[in-house]
Amino acid sequence: MTTVIEVRGVSKQFKIHHERHQSLKERVLHPRSGTTELFNALRDVSFDVGVGETVGIVGHNGSGKSTLLKCICGVLKPSTGQIRLRGSLAALLELGAGFQPELSGRDNVYLYGAMLGLSRRTVDAVFDEIVEFSEIAPFIDTQVKFYSSGMYVRLAFAVAVNVDPDILVVDEVLAVGDERFQAKCVDRIQRFQREGRTILLVTHNADQVRALCDRAIVLDGGDLVADGPTHESLRVFRERLLDEAAEHDPEKLLGTIQIESVTTPSGSFEVRNGAGIHLDVTVSAQGAFSGNFVVEVFTRAGLLVSRSDAQGAPVNLAPGANRVAVDLPALPLLDGVYDVNLGVVDAHGHTVVAWREGAASLQVIYDGREGGIVALGTAVTQL
Amino acid sequence: MDEASLAGPRERALAEAPVRVVSARVGLGRRLANLWSRRELVWGLVFSDIRIKYKNSALGIFWSMLSPAFTLAVYYMVFSLFLKNGIPNFVVYLFAGLVVWNMFLTAVSTATGVIVDRAALVKKVSFPREILALSNVGAAIVYFVVQIVVLVVFLAVLRHAPAWGYLWLLPVSFLALAAFSAALSVVMSAVNVYFRDMKHLIEVVLQLWFWLTPVVYSYENSIAPHLAAHGLSVLYFLNPVTLVVVTFQRVFYVTPVVHSTVTGQVLNILPTWSFERFFLLNLALLGLSLLAFVVAEAVFGRLEGNFESEL
Ligand SMILES: Nc1ncnc2c1ncn2[C@@H]1O[C@H](COP(=O)(O)OP(=O)(O)OP(=O)(O)O)[C@@H](O)[C@H]1O
Ligand SMILES: [Mg+2]
Repeated sequence: MTTVIEVRGVSKQFKIHHERHQSLKERVLHPRSGTTELFNALRDVSFDVGVGETVGIVGHNGSGKSTLLKCICGVLKPSTGQIRLRGSLAALLELGAGFQPELSGRDNVYLYGAMLGLSRRTVDAVFDEIVEFSEIAPFIDTQVKFYSSGMYVRLAFAVAVNVDPDILVVDEVLAVGDERFQAKCVDRIQRFQREGRTILLVTHNADQVRALCDRAIVLDGGDLVADGPTHESLRVFRERLLDEAAEHDPEKLLGTIQIESVTTPSGSFEVRNGAGIHLDVTVSAQGAFSGNFVVEVFTRAGLLVSRSDAQGAPVNLAPGANRVAVDLPALPLLDGVYDVNLGVVDAHGHTVVAWREGAASLQVIYDGREGGIVALGTAVTQL
Repeated sequence: MDEASLAGPRERALAEAPVRVVSARVGLGRRLANLWSRRELVWGLVFSDIRIKYKNSALGIFWSMLSPAFTLAVYYMVFSLFLKNGIPNFVVYLFAGLVVWNMFLTAVSTATGVIVDRAALVKKVSFPREILALSNVGAAIVYFVVQIVVLVVFLAVLRHAPAWGYLWLLPVSFLALAAFSAALSVVMSAVNVYFRDMKHLIEVVLQLWFWLTPVVYSYENSIAPHLAAHGLSVLYFLNPVTLVVVTFQRVFYVTPVVHSTVTGQVLNILPTWSFERFFLLNLALLGLSLLAFVVAEAVFGRLEGNFESEL
């Protein structure tokens, strides 16, 4: 497979000025005041992206995701290391495409096209498609400064996906559009995937990463801490989030509860369609705790089948080891492997105190001929 | 179409696509090559800027001529009518020099603030940043061309023929001016990111610079004798704009030696150099200006590395 993005030992240091002087006058008047500190936003990050891959980049706020994308786009230069790219690239960095507020949407589209190295004629050819996709035709000759943030992102996204890029880089912009537009964007991203384009996606929406990405990269404080199949990376990410939350937890609840093991009475996670499965969960607690269980079931493709959020009576955990039964009666699923995530939340349902991503993998067996995820038992009879 | 047939050609084309490298240090050669490959973006920016600027006015680009015309009228009245400098046809002399000066002034004064003004773009889209400064030089060139057209029409109306034999000086001299303006613009646009008051400082410097350039007075007549007396003639030509201004005056005003309209005395207005001498001097200036531009690119490359902490 051809590699289209090669990131090799990339580090980025920012200079942070304390008490900055931005004019010559001030610098002459205060020659030595103001200190400068170096801040590592990325540390020795390396990975490759092959043609046609869709890679999600996740990490908490300030972990360096946007910095990494900016380096890949060439907006920032890495302090050390290098990035090698093949093919054309269109980017939607945080908060849009760098439109000029004083210019109309139309002028901005042409300007942006020129920035990407496209001729006027090339932009002419796709201009109508851009406007149609963005659905802001009545405002295309209005100055961009009068756009709503959703309109702004619509136009930016429409431009980026209509200029035929080999690589599309998207940083958290999908969240701004309304639901229908988001669906449209996801749809377009999926079409890009089929067309063999390469996509890098930053989003805080884990479901979106699961649904769109084959692979995910986790950044934590500028370090690359995981790079692999989406569900594995997300597990690392969730664990890191929990560890981190534990440090800032006022009630010191986190870390006191652990989901130790998940087994079944027979020891097998195979289950026939229509049958139920009983999960035997061992939870250790350092103190008495009353909370609820969260159970998520995903397909391997990352589609959420079910999430039961803190339903039912709270479970009272005693100090020491506890056994909890999680029952999934009469699974209506078609054959395939389903991942189960387990979590414990406090009684208000606000704080996740324990989480186990990929607690179990269910192998569902189904003999019928229906396709999809759920067996509806559809029957067609002539009357 | 099935998926394999869609993905296949793209992958094959990509396997042969050239590799672009993003890294900390970009060599000067690659920098210039990069800039050259994006040259049409300069004109893209120039024309979109001009179109937008004059979109709402029917008279369009004529508004941009208003201020130079006014300047010309004022200087003509002050120096020729009130101060009676005695230079015949002074308006032609003035026009030839002002066209050159206006281009330099417009380029440098607009380019200085451009990186800061367009920070949104600089932080979001990847392109050689100096193109922003160069697009201001490009716009100045467009205005320059319009002014030259006006000057030619003006000369035709006055039935004042240029020095035909010296005409070939113009392209060389113009290129030298363009390269020097570009060099200074590129450096100033980057410096202004670090020292935001550079924009105001450069205005003052440019005013002073104007009076050091023989646009409203004659170099030969007023300053040359004093400098020559001390053997310092070369000093004056350290100002690169001077040679260009004098060349344009030689081409359009034509006569180096005239009789004062006030006293009837002989006035040495312009150097009496031969075409060859003018040509070689301009060629040398072009060479030096191109060198200055390469140095400016290197300086810009160094300063650019820290833009993200300043914008
Ligand atoms: N121009 C800059 N100058 C100084 N520090 C910066 C600059 N840009 C980013 N940083 C710092 O680098 C770190 C990483 O920032 P980055 O924007 O990459 O985070 P992120 O992962 O995208 O976060 P978020 O999820 O909030 O978008 C942050 O601590 C930020 O303060
Ligand atoms: Mg970000």
